Amino acid sequence: MRTGAIAWADVTASPVYLDAATAAPLHPVARQALLAALDDGWADPDRLYSPARRARRLLDAAREATAETLGVRPDELSFTSSGTSAAHTAVLGGLRGRRRAGDVLVHSAIEHSAVLYAAQQHVTGGGRAVEVPVDRLGRLDLDRWSTAVSGAGVASATLIAASHEVGTVQPVEAAAAACTRVGVPLYVDAAQVVGRMPVPPGWSVLTASARKWGGPAGVGLLVVRKGTRWESPWPTDERESGRTPGTLNLPAVVAAAASLRATATDAVAQATRLSSLVDRIRARVSAEVPDVEVVGDPVHRLPHLVTFSCLYVDGEALLHALDRRGFAVSSGSSCTSATLRPSHVLEAMGVLSHGNVRVSLHTGSTEAEVERFLTELPGIVAELREQAGVVGL
Amino acid sequence: MSAPDAVLDCLGQRCPLPVIALARRLPELPVGAVLRVLADDPAAAVDVPAWCRMRQQEFLGDAPGPGYDVRRTH
Ligand SMILES: Cc1ncc(COP(=O)(O)O)c(C=O)c1O
Repeated sequence: MRTGAIAWADVTASPVYLDAATAAPLHPVARQALLAALDDGWADPDRLYSPARRARRLLDAAREATAETLGVRPDELSFTSSGTSAAHTAVLGGLRGRRRAGDVLVHSAIEHSAVLYAAQQHVTGGGRAVEVPVDRLGRLDLDRWSTAVSGAGVASATLIAASHEVGTVQPVEAAAAACTRVGVPLYVDAAQVVGRMPVPPGWSVLTASARKWGGPAGVGLLVVRKGTRWESPWPTDERESGRTPGTLNLPAVVAAAASLRATATDAVAQATRLSSLVDRIRARVSAEVPDVEVVGDPVHRLPHLVTFSCLYVDGEALLHALDRRGFAVSSGSSCTSATLRPSHVLEAMGVLSHGNVRVSLHTGSTEAEVERFLTELPGIVAELREQAGVVGL
Repeated sequence: MSAPDAVLDCLGQRCPLPVIALARRLPELPVGAVLRVLADDPAAAVDVPAWCRMRQQEFLGDAPGPGYDVRRTH
Protein backbone atom coordinates (compact mmCIF):
# COMPACT_ATOMS: atom_id res chain seq x y z
CA MET A 1 0.00 0.00 0.00
CA ARG A 2 1.12 3.51 -0.77
CA THR A 3 0.60 4.72 2.81
CA GLY A 4 3.14 2.26 4.08
CA ALA A 5 5.84 3.80 1.93
CA ILE A 6 5.53 7.15 3.65
CA ALA A 7 6.97 6.50 7.07
CA TRP A 8 6.61 8.84 10.05
CA ALA A 9 10.37 8.91 10.22
CA ASP A 10 10.42 10.86 6.95
CA VAL A 11 8.25 13.55 8.44
CA THR A 12 9.85 13.82 11.86
CA ALA A 13 13.44 12.66 11.48
CA SER A 14 14.97 15.82 12.86
CA PRO A 15 14.20 17.98 14.68
CA VAL A 16 12.15 16.20 17.32
CA TYR A 17 8.80 17.80 16.69
CA LEU A 18 6.92 18.47 19.93
CA ASP A 19 4.37 21.06 18.83
CA ALA A 20 1.46 18.95 17.59
CA ALA A 21 -1.01 21.23 19.39
CA THR A 22 -0.12 23.92 16.86
CA ALA A 23 -0.02 21.59 13.87
CA ALA A 24 0.47 17.83 13.77
CA PRO A 25 2.66 16.56 10.94
CA LEU A 26 0.58 15.63 7.91
CA HIS A 27 -0.87 12.15 8.44
CA PRO A 28 0.22 9.71 5.71
CA VAL A 29 -3.44 9.13 4.85
CA ALA A 30 -3.94 12.90 4.47
CA ARG A 31 -1.01 13.12 2.07
CA GLN A 32 -2.34 10.27 -0.02
CA ALA A 33 -5.88 11.66 -0.12
CA LEU A 34 -4.60 15.15 -0.88
CA LEU A 35 -2.58 14.00 -3.87
CA ALA A 36 -5.49 11.97 -5.22
CA ALA A 37 -7.93 14.84 -4.74
CA LEU A 38 -5.63 17.30 -6.50
CA ASP A 39 -6.27 15.19 -9.61
CA ASP A 40 -9.94 14.44 -9.00
CA GLY A 41 -11.24 17.33 -6.95
CA TRP A 42 -10.11 20.54 -8.63
CA ALA A 43 -13.44 21.31 -10.35
CA ASP A 44 -16.16 23.36 -8.66
CA PRO A 45 -18.57 20.97 -6.93
CA ASP A 46 -21.46 23.35 -7.62
CA ARG A 47 -21.25 23.01 -11.42
CA LEU A 48 -23.13 20.43 -13.45
CA TYR A 49 -20.58 18.84 -15.80
CA SER A 50 -18.94 15.56 -14.99
CA PRO A 51 -15.64 16.75 -13.40
CA ALA A 52 -17.81 18.95 -11.17
CA ARG A 53 -20.01 16.02 -10.26
CA ARG A 54 -16.90 14.05 -9.37
CA ALA A 55 -15.83 16.89 -7.10
CA ARG A 56 -19.32 16.98 -5.58
CA ARG A 57 -19.12 13.27 -4.80
CA LEU A 58 -15.76 13.81 -3.07
CA LEU A 59 -17.17 16.66 -1.01
CA ASP A 60 -20.28 14.72 -0.06
CA ALA A 61 -18.21 11.71 0.94
CA ALA A 62 -15.88 13.90 3.00
CA ARG A 63 -18.84 15.46 4.77
CA GLU A 64 -20.51 12.12 5.47
CA ALA A 65 -17.34 10.54 6.82
CA THR A 66 -16.58 13.51 9.04
CA ALA A 67 -20.15 13.78 10.30
CA GLU A 68 -20.14 10.10 11.11
CA THR A 69 -16.92 10.40 13.12
CA LEU A 70 -18.38 13.32 15.04
CA GLY A 71 -21.75 11.61 15.48
CA VAL A 72 -23.70 14.43 13.81
CA ARG A 73 -25.88 14.77 10.70
CA PRO A 74 -24.06 15.67 7.48
CA ASP A 75 -26.23 18.74 6.96
CA GLU A 76 -25.22 20.03 10.39
CA LEU A 77 -21.57 20.13 9.33
CA SER A 78 -19.87 22.86 7.31
CA PHE A 79 -16.23 23.03 6.33
CA THR A 80 -14.45 26.34 6.84
CA SER A 81 -11.12 27.79 5.82
CA SER A 82 -9.48 27.26 9.26
CA GLY A 83 -10.22 26.49 12.89
CA THR A 84 -9.96 30.23 13.47
CA SER A 85 -12.62 31.15 10.92
CA ALA A 86 -14.83 28.35 12.28
CA ALA A 87 -14.47 29.85 15.77
CA HIS A 88 -15.22 33.38 14.54
CA THR A 89 -18.28 32.12 12.68
CA ALA A 90 -19.47 30.07 15.66
CA VAL A 91 -19.22 32.94 18.14
CA LEU A 92 -20.62 35.70 15.96
CA GLY A 93 -23.34 33.49 14.45
CA GLY A 94 -24.48 32.37 17.90
CA LEU A 95 -24.79 35.97 19.03
CA ARG A 96 -26.57 37.02 15.87
CA GLY A 97 -29.06 34.16 15.99
CA ARG A 98 -30.05 35.08 19.54
CA ARG A 99 -29.85 38.86 19.35
CA ARG A 100 -33.47 39.17 20.44
CA ALA A 101 -32.64 37.25 23.64
CA GLY A 102 -29.81 39.64 24.54
CA ASP A 103 -26.29 40.77 23.76
CA VAL A 104 -24.21 39.01 26.41
CA LEU A 105 -21.58 36.44 25.45
CA VAL A 106 -20.41 34.25 28.34
CA HIS A 107 -16.98 32.69 27.87
CA SER A 108 -14.23 31.17 29.96
CA ALA A 109 -11.02 33.08 30.69
CA ILE A 110 -8.97 30.48 28.82
CA GLU A 111 -10.55 30.51 25.37
CA HIS A 112 -8.39 30.45 22.25
CA SER A 113 -7.48 33.88 20.89
CA ALA A 114 -9.79 33.24 17.90
CA VAL A 115 -12.75 33.20 20.28
CA LEU A 116 -11.45 36.14 22.29
CA TYR A 117 -10.95 38.26 19.17
CA ALA A 118 -14.51 37.51 18.07
CA ALA A 119 -15.71 38.45 21.56
CA GLN A 120 -13.68 41.65 21.35
CA GLN A 121 -15.34 42.58 18.07
CA HIS A 122 -18.73 41.93 19.65
CA VAL A 123 -17.88 44.25 22.55
CA THR A 124 -16.44 46.93 20.27
CA GLY A 125 -19.74 46.85 18.40
CA GLY A 126 -21.63 47.60 21.62
CA GLY A 127 -22.22 44.04 22.84
CA ARG A 128 -21.27 42.67 26.23
CA ALA A 129 -19.05 39.79 27.30
CA VAL A 130 -18.76 38.07 30.69
CA GLU A 131 -15.58 36.17 31.42
CA VAL A 132 -15.72 33.18 33.78
CA PRO A 133 -12.55 32.36 35.75
CA VAL A 134 -10.69 29.07 36.11
CA ASP A 135 -8.86 27.59 39.09
CA ARG A 136 -5.12 27.06 39.42
CA LEU A 137 -5.35 23.84 37.40
CA GLY A 138 -7.08 25.67 34.58
CA ARG A 139 -10.51 24.19 35.26
CA LEU A 140 -13.67 26.23 34.75
CA ASP A 141 -15.37 27.60 37.88
CA LEU A 142 -18.73 25.88 37.38
CA ASP A 143 -20.59 27.89 40.02
CA ARG A 144 -19.54 31.16 38.44
CA TRP A 145 -20.36 29.73 35.01
CA SER A 146 -23.88 28.73 36.08
CA THR A 147 -24.48 32.16 37.55
CA ALA A 148 -23.13 33.88 34.46
CA VAL A 149 -25.24 31.94 31.94
CA SER A 150 -28.35 32.52 34.09
CA GLY A 151 -27.83 36.28 33.99
CA ALA A 152 -30.06 38.73 32.16
CA GLY A 153 -29.61 39.14 28.42
CA VAL A 154 -27.34 36.16 27.77
CA ALA A 155 -27.36 35.31 24.07
CA SER A 156 -24.83 32.49 24.01
CA ALA A 157 -21.98 30.83 25.86
CA THR A 158 -18.59 29.58 24.71
CA LEU A 159 -16.31 27.01 26.29
CA ILE A 160 -13.10 25.44 25.05
CA ALA A 161 -13.34 21.62 25.35
CA ALA A 162 -9.77 21.33 26.61
CA SER A 163 -7.11 23.98 26.99
CA HIS A 164 -4.74 24.23 24.05
CA GLU A 165 -2.14 25.76 26.34
CA VAL A 166 -2.18 23.59 29.46
CA GLY A 167 -4.26 20.58 28.44
CA THR A 168 -6.88 20.75 31.18
CA VAL A 169 -10.12 19.14 30.04
CA GLN A 170 -13.12 21.30 30.84
CA PRO A 171 -16.36 20.10 32.48
CA VAL A 172 -18.25 20.47 29.21
CA GLU A 173 -21.18 18.25 30.15
CA ALA A 174 -21.90 20.08 33.39
CA ALA A 175 -21.39 23.46 31.72
CA ALA A 176 -23.78 22.40 28.96
CA ALA A 177 -26.37 21.28 31.52
CA ALA A 178 -26.21 24.71 33.15
CA CYS A 179 -26.82 26.28 29.73
CA THR A 180 -29.69 23.92 28.91
CA ARG A 181 -31.45 24.80 32.17
CA VAL A 182 -31.68 28.43 31.08
CA GLY A 183 -32.06 27.86 27.34
CA VAL A 184 -28.69 29.32 26.35
CA PRO A 185 -26.96 27.59 23.40
CA LEU A 186 -23.40 26.45 24.09
CA TYR A 187 -20.58 26.65 21.55
CA VAL A 188 -17.68 24.28 22.24
CA ASP A 189 -14.24 24.86 20.67
CA ALA A 190 -13.06 21.26 20.35
CA ALA A 191 -9.93 21.92 18.29
CA GLN A 192 -7.63 19.99 20.64
CA VAL A 193 -10.10 17.19 21.29
CA VAL A 194 -11.54 16.08 17.95
CA GLY A 195 -9.58 13.09 16.66
CA ARG A 196 -8.14 12.36 20.10
CA MET A 197 -10.99 11.81 22.53
CA PRO A 198 -14.81 11.87 22.42
CA VAL A 199 -16.52 15.24 22.69
CA PRO A 200 -18.97 15.28 25.62
CA PRO A 201 -22.63 15.84 24.67
CA GLY A 202 -24.83 18.86 25.32
CA TRP A 203 -23.41 21.49 22.96
CA SER A 204 -25.30 23.29 20.20
CA VAL A 205 -22.35 24.49 18.11
CA LEU A 206 -18.93 22.88 17.76
CA THR A 207 -15.73 23.71 15.88
CA ALA A 208 -12.46 21.93 15.16
CA SER A 209 -9.28 22.34 13.10
CA ALA A 210 -7.85 19.72 10.74
CA ARG A 211 -4.20 20.57 11.27
CA LYS A 212 -4.50 19.50 14.89
CA TRP A 213 -5.26 15.86 13.94
CA GLY A 214 -2.85 15.50 11.02
CA GLY A 215 -4.96 17.04 8.29
CA PRO A 216 -3.72 19.99 6.24
CA ALA A 217 -3.74 23.56 7.55
CA GLY A 218 -6.59 25.69 6.31
CA VAL A 219 -9.51 23.38 7.03
CA GLY A 220 -11.89 23.90 9.93
CA LEU A 221 -15.13 22.22 10.98
CA LEU A 222 -18.27 24.04 12.06
CA VAL A 223 -21.21 22.02 13.36
CA VAL A 224 -24.53 23.68 14.13
CA ARG A 225 -27.07 21.28 15.63
CA LYS A 226 -30.57 21.21 14.16
CA GLY A 227 -32.89 23.57 15.96
CA THR A 228 -30.12 25.89 17.22
CA ARG A 229 -30.84 29.59 16.95
CA TRP A 230 -27.86 30.50 14.85
CA GLU A 231 -27.47 32.89 11.96
CA SER A 232 -24.40 33.29 9.78
CA PRO A 233 -22.57 36.55 10.51
CA TRP A 234 -21.22 36.71 6.94
CA PRO A 235 -22.80 37.69 3.64
CA THR A 236 -24.38 34.37 2.74
CA ASP A 237 -24.19 32.29 -0.42
CA GLU A 238 -25.52 28.82 -1.12
CA ARG A 239 -22.35 26.98 -0.11
CA GLU A 240 -21.94 24.89 3.04
CA SER A 241 -25.56 25.39 4.16
CA GLY A 242 -25.01 29.14 4.00
CA ARG A 243 -22.46 29.04 6.80
CA THR A 244 -19.16 29.34 4.89
CA PRO A 245 -19.19 31.74 1.97
CA GLY A 246 -16.77 31.19 -0.88
CA THR A 247 -15.12 28.23 -2.54
CA LEU A 248 -13.62 25.51 -0.37
CA ASN A 249 -10.17 24.07 -0.87
CA LEU A 250 -11.67 20.70 -1.77
CA PRO A 251 -8.45 18.62 -1.91
CA ALA A 252 -7.56 19.85 1.58
CA VAL A 253 -11.09 19.08 2.81
CA VAL A 254 -10.87 15.56 1.39
CA ALA A 255 -7.49 15.07 3.05
CA ALA A 256 -8.85 16.40 6.34
CA ALA A 257 -11.78 13.98 6.26
CA ALA A 258 -9.64 10.96 5.35
CA SER A 259 -7.10 11.67 8.07
CA LEU A 260 -9.79 12.31 10.68
CA ARG A 261 -11.27 8.91 10.01
CA ALA A 262 -7.84 7.26 10.21
CA THR A 263 -6.93 9.18 13.36
CA ALA A 264 -10.24 8.45 15.08
CA THR A 265 -9.90 4.71 14.40
CA ASP A 266 -6.60 4.74 16.23
CA ALA A 267 -7.52 7.37 18.82
CA VAL A 268 -7.95 5.19 21.91
CA ALA A 269 -4.65 3.37 21.43
CA GLN A 270 -2.81 6.62 20.68
CA ALA A 271 -4.36 8.39 23.66
CA THR A 272 -3.21 5.60 25.96
CA ARG A 273 0.29 5.60 24.52
CA LEU A 274 0.76 9.38 24.44
CA SER A 275 -0.85 9.87 27.83
CA SER A 276 1.68 7.60 29.50
CA LEU A 277 4.48 9.50 27.75
CA VAL A 278 2.99 12.74 29.08
CA ASP A 279 2.84 11.21 32.58
CA ARG A 280 6.51 10.42 32.23
CA ILE A 281 7.31 13.97 31.13
CA ARG A 282 5.31 15.43 34.01
CA ALA A 283 7.06 13.23 36.57
CA ARG A 284 10.59 13.53 35.22
CA VAL A 285 10.49 17.28 34.59
CA SER A 286 9.24 17.85 38.15
CA ALA A 287 11.92 15.58 39.59
CA GLU A 288 14.91 16.48 37.44
CA VAL A 289 14.57 20.18 36.67
CA PRO A 290 14.87 22.31 39.82
CA ASP A 291 12.37 25.14 40.38
CA VAL A 292 9.92 24.12 37.73
CA GLU A 293 6.15 24.35 37.82
CA VAL A 294 4.34 21.68 35.79
CA VAL A 295 0.93 23.25 35.20
CA GLY A 296 -2.54 22.06 34.25
CA ASP A 297 -4.66 19.22 35.62
CA PRO A 298 -2.50 16.10 35.97
CA VAL A 299 -5.48 13.75 35.53
CA HIS A 300 -8.31 15.44 33.63
CA ARG A 301 -6.16 16.48 30.71
CA LEU A 302 -5.51 16.01 27.02
CA PRO A 303 -3.56 12.83 26.28
CA HIS A 304 -0.85 14.55 24.26
CA LEU A 305 0.00 17.85 25.89
CA VAL A 306 1.99 19.09 28.88
CA THR A 307 3.11 22.55 29.92
CA PHE A 308 5.70 23.65 32.45
CA SER A 309 7.45 26.84 33.50
CA CYS A 310 11.08 27.18 34.58
CA LEU A 311 11.74 29.80 37.22
CA TYR A 312 14.17 32.63 36.26
CA VAL A 313 14.47 31.42 32.67
CA ASP A 314 13.60 33.55 29.66
CA GLY A 315 11.03 31.60 27.62
CA GLU A 316 12.41 32.77 24.31
CA ALA A 317 15.97 31.84 25.24
CA LEU A 318 14.74 28.40 26.30
CA LEU A 319 12.85 27.95 23.05
CA HIS A 320 15.93 28.82 21.00
CA ALA A 321 18.22 26.64 23.11
CA LEU A 322 15.87 23.70 22.63
CA ASP A 323 15.67 24.43 18.91
CA ARG A 324 19.46 24.39 18.63
CA ARG A 325 19.43 20.93 20.21
CA GLY A 326 16.77 19.79 17.75
CA PHE A 327 13.55 20.15 19.74
CA ALA A 328 10.57 22.08 18.39
CA VAL A 329 8.28 23.29 21.20
CA SER A 330 6.08 26.32 21.74
CA SER A 331 5.86 28.73 24.65
CA GLY A 332 3.19 30.82 26.34
CA SER A 333 5.71 33.22 27.83
CA SER A 334 5.23 36.88 27.08
CA CYS A 335 8.90 37.15 26.21
CA THR A 336 8.10 35.16 23.06
CA SER A 337 4.90 36.87 21.98
CA ALA A 338 4.51 39.99 19.91
CA THR A 339 1.93 41.40 22.30
CA LEU A 340 4.34 41.53 25.26
CA ARG A 341 1.60 40.07 27.41
CA PRO A 342 1.94 36.77 29.21
CA SER A 343 -0.36 34.03 28.03
CA HIS A 344 -3.88 34.91 29.15
CA VAL A 345 -4.33 31.25 30.07
CA LEU A 346 -1.35 31.12 32.47
CA GLU A 347 -2.43 34.52 33.80
CA ALA A 348 -6.00 33.29 34.46
CA MET A 349 -4.60 30.26 36.30
CA GLY A 350 -2.21 32.40 38.32
CA VAL A 351 0.80 30.23 37.51
CA LEU A 352 4.35 31.19 36.60
CA SER A 353 4.28 32.68 33.11
CA HIS A 354 7.94 33.06 32.22
CA GLY A 355 10.24 30.22 31.14
CA ASN A 356 7.20 28.45 29.75
CA VAL A 357 7.33 25.44 27.46
CA ARG A 358 4.46 23.51 25.92
CA VAL A 359 5.24 20.00 24.70
CA SER A 360 2.62 18.30 22.54
CA LEU A 361 2.95 14.86 21.00
CA HIS A 362 1.51 13.31 17.86
CA THR A 363 1.02 9.85 16.39
CA GLY A 364 4.58 9.79 15.13
CA SER A 365 6.15 10.80 18.46
CA THR A 366 8.29 8.00 19.85
CA GLU A 367 9.41 7.00 23.32
CA ALA A 368 13.00 7.49 22.19
CA GLU A 369 12.28 11.11 21.23
CA VAL A 370 10.68 11.81 24.59
CA GLU A 371 13.61 10.18 26.36
CA ARG A 372 16.07 12.32 24.41
CA PHE A 373 14.12 15.42 25.36
CA LEU A 374 14.00 14.42 29.03
CA THR A 375 17.70 13.62 29.06
CA GLU A 376 18.76 16.92 27.54
CA LEU A 377 16.28 19.33 29.15
CA PRO A 378 17.82 19.56 32.66
CA GLY A 379 21.23 20.46 31.22
CA ILE A 380 19.76 23.04 28.85
CA VAL A 381 17.85 24.75 31.66
CA ALA A 382 20.88 24.61 33.98
CA GLU A 383 23.07 26.20 31.31
CA LEU A 384 20.62 29.05 30.74
CA ARG A 385 20.40 29.67 34.48
CA GLU A 386 24.15 29.71 34.74
CA GLN A 387 24.45 32.20 31.89
CA ALA A 388 21.85 34.43 33.57
CA GLY A 389 23.63 34.14 36.93
CA VAL A 390 20.56 32.92 38.75
CA VAL A 391 21.85 29.61 40.12
CA GLY A 392 21.06 29.20 43.82
CA LEU A 393 18.55 32.06 43.95
CA MET B 1 -1.55 50.47 52.65
CA SER B 2 1.48 50.95 54.92
CA ALA B 3 4.83 52.03 53.54
CA PRO B 4 7.18 49.21 52.54
CA ASP B 5 10.57 48.76 54.20
CA ALA B 6 12.35 48.79 50.86
CA VAL B 7 11.55 49.48 47.23
CA LEU B 8 12.98 47.67 44.23
CA ASP B 9 12.68 49.53 40.94
CA CYS B 10 12.24 47.11 38.04
CA LEU B 11 10.28 49.47 35.81
CA GLY B 12 11.14 48.88 32.17
CA GLN B 13 12.52 45.38 32.82
CA ARG B 14 11.14 42.41 30.92
CA CYS B 15 10.26 39.07 32.47
CA PRO B 16 11.90 37.22 34.17
CA LEU B 17 14.19 40.05 35.35
CA PRO B 18 11.84 41.56 38.01
CA VAL B 19 11.44 38.15 39.68
CA ILE B 20 15.20 37.56 39.59
CA ALA B 21 15.77 40.97 41.20
CA LEU B 22 13.17 40.14 43.86
CA ALA B 23 14.87 36.82 44.60
CA ARG B 24 18.22 38.63 45.06
CA ARG B 25 16.94 41.50 47.16
CA LEU B 26 14.49 39.87 49.59
CA PRO B 27 17.08 37.79 51.51
CA GLU B 28 19.02 41.01 52.23
CA LEU B 29 16.08 42.30 54.27
CA PRO B 30 15.27 41.06 57.80
CA VAL B 31 12.55 38.46 58.25
CA GLY B 32 9.20 40.26 58.50
CA ALA B 33 10.24 43.17 56.28
CA VAL B 34 8.12 44.22 53.30
CA LEU B 35 9.66 44.75 49.87
CA ARG B 36 7.81 46.62 47.16
CA VAL B 37 8.70 45.54 43.62
CA LEU B 38 7.91 48.17 41.02
CA ALA B 39 7.44 46.45 37.66
CA ASP B 40 5.44 47.40 34.59
CA ASP B 41 5.95 44.19 32.66
CA PRO B 42 2.45 42.65 32.73
CA ALA B 43 3.97 39.23 33.44
CA ALA B 44 5.09 40.45 36.88
CA ALA B 45 1.45 40.49 38.01
CA VAL B 46 1.42 36.71 37.66
CA ASP B 47 5.04 35.89 38.32
CA VAL B 48 5.60 37.76 41.59
CA PRO B 49 2.73 35.94 43.38
CA ALA B 50 3.80 32.66 41.73
CA TRP B 51 7.37 33.14 42.98
CA CYS B 52 6.06 33.82 46.51
CA ARG B 53 4.08 30.58 46.36
CA MET B 54 7.09 28.58 45.12
CA ARG B 55 9.42 30.11 47.73
CA GLN B 56 6.88 30.21 50.59
CA GLN B 57 7.16 33.97 50.93
CA GLU B 58 4.09 36.08 51.60
CA PHE B 59 2.50 37.98 48.73
CA LEU B 60 0.67 40.97 50.20
CA GLY B 61 -0.92 42.30 47.04
CA ASP B 62 -0.72 44.98 44.40
CA ALA B 63 0.67 48.41 45.17
CA PRO B 64 0.83 51.68 43.25
CA GLY B 65 3.61 51.86 40.70
CA PRO B 66 2.49 49.39 39.36
CA GLY B 67 4.05 47.42 42.17
CA TYR B 68 3.76 44.32 44.31
CA ASP B 69 4.37 43.98 48.04
CA VAL B 70 6.14 40.91 49.37
CA ARG B 71 6.88 40.07 53.02
CA ARG B 72 9.92 38.00 53.89
CA THR B 73 8.62 35.16 56.06
CA HIS B 74 11.77 33.08 56.50
C1 LIG C 1 -8.37 25.49 20.84
C2 LIG C 1 -8.10 26.06 19.48
N1 LIG C 1 -9.06 26.72 18.83
C3 LIG C 1 -8.86 27.22 17.61
C4 LIG C 1 -7.66 27.11 16.95
C5 LIG C 1 -7.48 27.71 15.59
O1 LIG C 1 -7.37 26.75 14.59
P1 LIG C 1 -6.54 27.08 13.25
O2 LIG C 1 -5.12 27.05 13.63
O3 LIG C 1 -6.93 25.99 12.29
O4 LIG C 1 -6.98 28.42 12.76
C6 LIG C 1 -6.62 26.43 17.60
C7 LIG C 1 -5.26 26.30 16.99
O5 LIG C 1 -4.54 27.26 16.79
C8 LIG C 1 -6.84 25.89 18.90
O6 LIG C 1 -5.87 25.24 19.55
